[in-house]
Amino acid sequence: MSSAAAKKVRPKYLSLPAILFQIRLPVAGWVSILHRVSGALLVFPFAAWLLYVLDVSLASEQGFARIKDHYLQLPVVKAAALIFIWALCHHFCAGIRYLLIDVQVGVDLPAARYSGAAVIVAGLLLTAFFGARLW
Amino acid sequence: MKRLVVGAHYGLRDWLAQRITAVVMALYMVTIGFVLFSGKPVTYDAWRSLFAQGWMRVATLLFAFSLAWHAWVGVRDILMDYIHPTALRLSLQVATLLLLAVYLGWTVQILWR
Repeated sequence: MSSAAAKKVRPKYLSLPAILFQIRLPVAGWVSILHRVSGALLVFPFAAWLLYVLDVSLASEQGFARIKDHYLQLPVVKAAALIFIWALCHHFCAGIRYLLIDVQVGVDLPAARYSGAAVIVAGLLLTAFFGARLW
Repeated sequence: MKRLVVGAHYGLRDWLAQRITAVVMALYMVTIGFVLFSGKPVTYDAWRSLFAQGWMRVATLLFAFSLAWHAWVGVRDILMDYIHPTALRLSLQVATLLLLAVYLGWTVQILWR
């Protein structure tokens, strides 16, 4: 091992500013970091939010009407729902890509780049589709 | 000679669990998606009777259990990568576990009341 290699600090951790501004993240890297961001958002706050909506809507007819006719019509709630839909759709599509890569489908670089871009686009298209149905 | 090369051996189990739970959740969500977006307006009676059925309750509980396990593996990976002070990381991991336990308890409470 050369002395230059020995001096490098490993493992190397990249901070968020480093990911955003210092290095050029390849498209698969963007899929990966967005998979983490969307996953974290789905755990908190969106899972708690979903449970709250399920709880109130199942508890009583008044609760159901309040959620459907009032709560889900609020602009701020619709905006939050849009972020939730994106997080879910991106996480879903990226997850399917990882499952396929696990079984050796699309492992080589051109295919992985193509599927990575496809996941980001599909996540946005599905968000537009379900968002349009929400509005 | 048989030698142990790595430590705790939970890596493969967690990796596999995360993928199996992902498939369980994907199947559940696609099914629910068809129910919710089939075109029929969702009324309170339809909504309530859907979640009154035994298979739906079990499927939803299975979903919640899958989510908790899946999320634990994922969040733990994120915390291990980005939160390096041990005390802070441990605190956040415990908070995550408690949060997921609350989710499970809440789910049971919603489904069987």
